[in-house]
Amino acid sequence: MISSHIGHYSLLLGFVISISLLVYSIFCFKKNNQNINQNIFSFLFLQFFTVVISFISLVYSFIISDFSNVTVYNNSHSTKPIFYKITGTWGNHEGSLLLWLLVLTLFIFLFIIFSKKQPTKYRLLSIFFQQIIISGFFLFLLLTSNPFNFLFPVPNEGLGLNPILQDPALAIHPPILYLGYVGSSIIFSASLASLVQNNINKEWAIHIKKWIQAAWFFLTIGILLGSIWAYYELGWGGFWFWDPVENVSLMPWLCLTALLHTVIVLEKRNLLKSWTLILSIATFTFSMIGTFLVRSGILNSVHTFANDPERGMFILLFLFSLIILSIILFFIYQSKENSSQKKFFLVSKETSILINNWFMMYFLSVVLIGTTYPIFLEVIVNEKISVGPPFFNKLLIPFLGLFLIFMAIGPKLNWIKDNYKKIKYSRIVYFIICLLISFYLIKKTSSEILFTSILGGASLYLLFATIKEFLNKKYNTPQAISHFGFSLFILSILFNSLFSNEFSANMKIGQELIYEKEQIKFLKIKTFDKENYKSVIANFEITDEKNNVISLYPEIRIYNQPKILTSEADIISTAFFDKFIVINLLKGEEIFNVRYQTKPFMIWIWISVCLISIGGMLSLFKRH
Amino acid sequence: MKKNIFYLILLLFFTFIFTVFYIGLDKPNFYTPKEVKNKSLEEFTSTELFSNEQFNSNDIIENNKFTLVNIWASWCVPCRLEHSLLMDLSEKTNLNIVGLNYKDKKNNAIKLLNELGNPFSKILTDPDGIISISLGAYGVPETFLLNNKSKVIRKYIGPLTKDNILEIIKIIQ
Amino acid sequence: MMRIIKFILLIFIIILSFQEISSANSSSPLIDKISKNLRCLICQGQSVYDSQSDFALSMKTLINKKLEEGKSEKQIYDYLKNQYGEWIVYDPEFDKKNLLLWTFPLILFIFGGLLIYRKVFIN
Repeated sequence: MISSHIGHYSLLLGFVISISLLVYSIFCFKKNNQNINQNIFSFLFLQFFTVVISFISLVYSFIISDFSNVTVYNNSHSTKPIFYKITGTWGNHEGSLLLWLLVLTLFIFLFIIFSKKQPTKYRLLSIFFQQIIISGFFLFLLLTSNPFNFLFPVPNEGLGLNPILQDPALAIHPPILYLGYVGSSIIFSASLASLVQNNINKEWAIHIKKWIQAAWFFLTIGILLGSIWAYYELGWGGFWFWDPVENVSLMPWLCLTALLHTVIVLEKRNLLKSWTLILSIATFTFSMIGTFLVRSGILNSVHTFANDPERGMFILLFLFSLIILSIILFFIYQSKENSSQKKFFLVSKETSILINNWFMMYFLSVVLIGTTYPIFLEVIVNEKISVGPPFFNKLLIPFLGLFLIFMAIGPKLNWIKDNYKKIKYSRIVYFIICLLISFYLIKKTSSEILFTSILGGASLYLLFATIKEFLNKKYNTPQAISHFGFSLFILSILFNSLFSNEFSANMKIGQELIYEKEQIKFLKIKTFDKENYKSVIANFEITDEKNNVISLYPEIRIYNQPKILTSEADIISTAFFDKFIVINLLKGEEIFNVRYQTKPFMIWIWISVCLISIGGMLSLFKRH
Repeated sequence: MKKNIFYLILLLFFTFIFTVFYIGLDKPNFYTPKEVKNKSLEEFTSTELFSNEQFNSNDIIENNKFTLVNIWASWCVPCRLEHSLLMDLSEKTNLNIVGLNYKDKKNNAIKLLNELGNPFSKILTDPDGIISISLGAYGVPETFLLNNKSKVIRKYIGPLTKDNILEIIKIIQ
Repeated sequence: MMRIIKFILLIFIIILSFQEISSANSSSPLIDKISKNLRCLICQGQSVYDSQSDFALSMKTLINKKLEEGKSEKQIYDYLKNQYGEWIVYDPEFDKKNLLLWTFPLILFIFGGLLIYRKVFIN
């Protein structure tokens, strides 16, 4: 119980510090000091420290199963394994908001430490804007989502954590995701500061690029972890569903990727100043929009937290205050200087990056409109529709092919102006060969040959183009790795979806069925009692035509608190394919619904995204 | 001047978005199908619970001015709650109450009826749930008040309440 | 010339590795395809394909029955939309009320293209 008190007062203290910092940073700003006052460092560290204390208090309350704390009561149970008691801290709305604050306060503290070469006034303003966000979140926590509310009389037992969340992925997916998702807040604050101070130039670009790369790296890995979790845990063999919550993490990523490229133009040629600012502001705005969509209950999703319109209202107002603030600042401080005195030539790296942004913004608009259109339709016309995978696939896939081709050409071009004769005949021949290979491979399937062939051909072309760049060390290695990763990513997804096999049937114990030259045997089941669930493990044997035998052990878990049944898939991964099996118990009978899938190149999907992020990480550590 | 207009439009745009989201917050995010007034149910054939005879829905519905079709199952807890109200209704009126046994085992269904009474003039079975879908239902319990042309006068999703019963009685009068 | 030959050789190796893999298939392809496009009314965040709720299981049986009756995919979707509303299908219709949904991103794309055109070709 004491830990809840400590946690609560620590939060209050942190809030007081954020308000003080708001005032103090402006005070220092007006004083025109040469350097930042040592007090600011202390305050920022102290603020971060209060959030850490708060966070640890909540973790402690979870560990000791202190059910006098409402959050612990709602989301934990004494029989839960200790590891999941700890990770359950951020598996709920209030706890995850503490994680938000942790990242917000950490990043501004790190920012002040690592920005010593930047102008003092700019750094002070960055603190000011970040503190606006931080105070907003402190208020949000304290007013509507306090993790330290008391429950009296103290219940004996908690309500338990959703079994789907009792997974190792919950330990890392939110923290890593937030480092990117919330980390974009510092880019937002720094950009507004830069706007006001009018120091948007090459030096600023070099400085802010590191933060963009860091946030981008974590966001990419965070989204990857979410997909991996969905694949291994949710039992349908898919890894992306265009669910609103997934889309909500994708939108800042698209914005941030566009920004990653635009800031390079700013750095090398001192161009696209306003656009860089707009993207920086938009990225965090999308993080906030996402938070609103997911936590307010306005959208229907498997992934949403407990819904509360009051919380939704707060975030909505907060979000729009930030947008209005940005618009007003832009209106007042936008540089009158006409930097577009420098010309953009058609065949140049700048224009390629513009084209990249053009496509990225298109992808972003598809995801944004697809996710929010049902809301608009319902409010305006009172009709409810659904927008799901078919919509997103139809609008995105045709453009991906063209996008990949530009990705192959763009990086090879020079800055300012290049010669279109660079597009030699050999390149075109290579491209046609790639198209033909793609066509030949895809011909076997019955899908839309035109688009998929182009997509396959384009990604193959990009693949070879980036390999060549990598070998040819003259070019940018991290970028080659990332682009190579992306081409591999598209190829893996393409061939995975084109060549997957799915088998679904109801089977009894001892039954054998044959499908696609494989014999599927349901051998037996065994039951075990685990810490907080009963485990029913089935033993399947798959024999292929060469008499190779694989054993698979899908599981059904019967949890006691809350009383839920989950299916755990068994997956065997090799370099060439994943064998995926999941079973479900049919009500009241000794028959199981069995779903067995062969999914080629699954592991390459994960590896390719890792490669994409590694490229970003290498870029971050590159010496200038 | 052009700049001012541009920013004004931008502000108006975001205000519009804000308003839509604000209104959207109050809307429930759980979807329930809209009740289509005066919809006619398509006819279906089903096996009767006790006799195992095949019946056509039209035969049962045509002959009565009103029919109450109640979708229920022995494994459905809320169905037990409304069962006593259905018993009341069957005793107090001569409304033709037809039960549709949803994805249930015959023994369990009969057990429930022995335990709580049988308000149904006939009980049809829907062992794989397809008939319920053809009626536009998606869960248990659901109840439909039909006229003799299989038109839906009222649809009740979830267990019947006392108010629902009063409404039914009023309509059939 | 040498380079292109090396390239083609590499391609053959890749193609050979694909001989093992057969084309995509499903034991019940059309049922899978349709049920993936439908929403479950009980577990509203899942598709009928993924959901194990009674409703979803009944839906799969119904789809099978309708396919055996010879109904087309579109007829099944229309039937279910009639029963439960447009919400139940993941693929939004292309009609007047959804016009902006389908066209707005494309309009933005063209708009973006015009902006770039202006930047590059006009000064």
